[in-house]
Amino acid sequence: MSTLVSLQHRLGAFRLDAAFEFGGAPRVTALFGPSGAGKSTIIGAIAGLFRPDSGRIDIDGETLLDTERGIFKPPRTRRIGVVFQDTRLFPHMNVRANLLYGWHRAAPRPSGKTIDRVIALLGLNPLLERKPRTLSGGERSRVALGRALLMSPRALLLDEPLASLDAARKAEILPYLERLVRETEIPMLYVSHSLDEVARLADRMVVLHEGRVAGDGPLFEITARLDLFSGAHLLPGAVLEAKIACHDELHGLTELLLAGETLVVPRVNRAAGNKVRIRIDADDVMLALQRPEGVSANNIIPATVAAIREDGANADVQLRLEDAHLVARITRRSRERLALRPGLSVFAVIKSVTVGGREQG
Amino acid sequence: MEGVLSAAEFQALALSLRVALVAVLADLPFAFLAALALARCNFRGKTLLDGVIHLPLVLPPVALGYLLLVSFGTRAPLGAFLLQNLGIRFVFSWTGAALASAILTFPFQVRAIRLSLESQDAGLTEAAQTLGAGTLDRLFSLHLPLAAPGIIAGLITAFAACLGEFGAIITFVSNIPGETRTIPLAIYTAIQTPNGEAAAARLASLSILLALGGLVLADVAARRARAFTGR
Repeated sequence: MSTLVSLQHRLGAFRLDAAFEFGGAPRVTALFGPSGAGKSTIIGAIAGLFRPDSGRIDIDGETLLDTERGIFKPPRTRRIGVVFQDTRLFPHMNVRANLLYGWHRAAPRPSGKTIDRVIALLGLNPLLERKPRTLSGGERSRVALGRALLMSPRALLLDEPLASLDAARKAEILPYLERLVRETEIPMLYVSHSLDEVARLADRMVVLHEGRVAGDGPLFEITARLDLFSGAHLLPGAVLEAKIACHDELHGLTELLLAGETLVVPRVNRAAGNKVRIRIDADDVMLALQRPEGVSANNIIPATVAAIREDGANADVQLRLEDAHLVARITRRSRERLALRPGLSVFAVIKSVTVGGREQG
Repeated sequence: MEGVLSAAEFQALALSLRVALVAVLADLPFAFLAALALARCNFRGKTLLDGVIHLPLVLPPVALGYLLLVSFGTRAPLGAFLLQNLGIRFVFSWTGAALASAILTFPFQVRAIRLSLESQDAGLTEAAQTLGAGTLDRLFSLHLPLAAPGIIAGLITAFAACLGEFGAIITFVSNIPGETRTIPLAIYTAIQTPNGEAAAARLASLSILLALGGLVLADVAARRARAFTGR
């Protein structure tokens, strides 16, 4: 189960020239990049809504597009589910009819059990008789997800499904997306410019920059790369995997094990022994040459400087702790003052850790 | 009604309603197809089609009545063909009044439906495509239901315009009581008749009532249709 994508397109001054693969193992790939990087163009081409100048798209060995051989499968025969940013629910149909629109036209048609499962998974039962107009933004997103799932797609394209929602609605819908990722087998391409969403949902990351693939690989590797994020108007932030060691119920805290070191974070609602994904933004990491004493920060971890990249007044420092990487953003002046260079041993003082994302293992 | 209106006046009312109803319903499928072609397709001669559809709006109705008479008269080739082979006669018949009304009010329906088709979000079409719906499928599951407000608005506007049709009817099918004498023709006849002012006033009041009723109905229907399409 894998989709191969190779596209070239020219639109005015914009040039898209990108090739990547998604949907094999791991299943969830993030297509990441700033606005205007070409993400939506790629989604449109895979779905068949847009015909690129040249390119080729194969899914599970079937060719959907091959400009050289003159192959272009129309979107309705592609069986690729799309969750649009603006949901695009049919306004004259109630939620039930919207959900079943693709189901009626699907071959093979998913069983009645699947319908019940999707409705339960997305919590849609109380909404079934309502019209899209009466739904909140988050509810609409859930219906759009359900509609795409019930067409029994070979792959699911999610085009910034949370971008039009406010923070509260995002927090409401993210758990549903996480469940979706955990409980279905469908390969997904998740388009986003939010590292937070990507960190919670994806396993692999394709970074798009000005129409080109700038980076492509496992999430943990890509997020720690300095060349992709510095200067791309994006804040680097490492995504790591940690194990829950124990809970400190008295203080409402949880101790995580990361590369042999202990991280203390607010109470995580999961049993000890589970793995969780954590994200540490680069500007939440301070560096010290000696282990600092008498500071309020709980999390101080020894690390080795792996690489440094300077950009304007900033210096992004990649740190290695055993097999994991962290990124710290400091000023260039601090870098000079501390005489930081690759190979130097330092202490990372971590001010904030975001815990969230899929249970691992 | 019988107490207020004379038998002849009641006949004119019933005939007007019948002519208008048949005209707008017969127009509807053609109007929808024409609107669809204008809203969704690009083809050579589109401007010409648009012009022909709108011609009745700018053509004097009497001129149209004359054109109908020369083409559908029983001695004209088309009229003779219809009469001999299909037994259809338009001249001096209420069906001729309906035909004239249908042609004259066709552009009202096309315009209203075209607007409602053009205002449909292209994103919905894309969504339906990815969900497996083909062109004809989308027409019936998406475009037709979403055009409901336009279809209803077009029907009511065209119906109201039919009720007022005069010139084309009197030219094409004459002024025959019980056959082609609709309300406007009855008003005209009453004014021409000595002591007919009271009858003309009653028929004119009836026209006002019909117009007001139509407006209220149009408003209710438009609101219902908008709620149906989820706007």
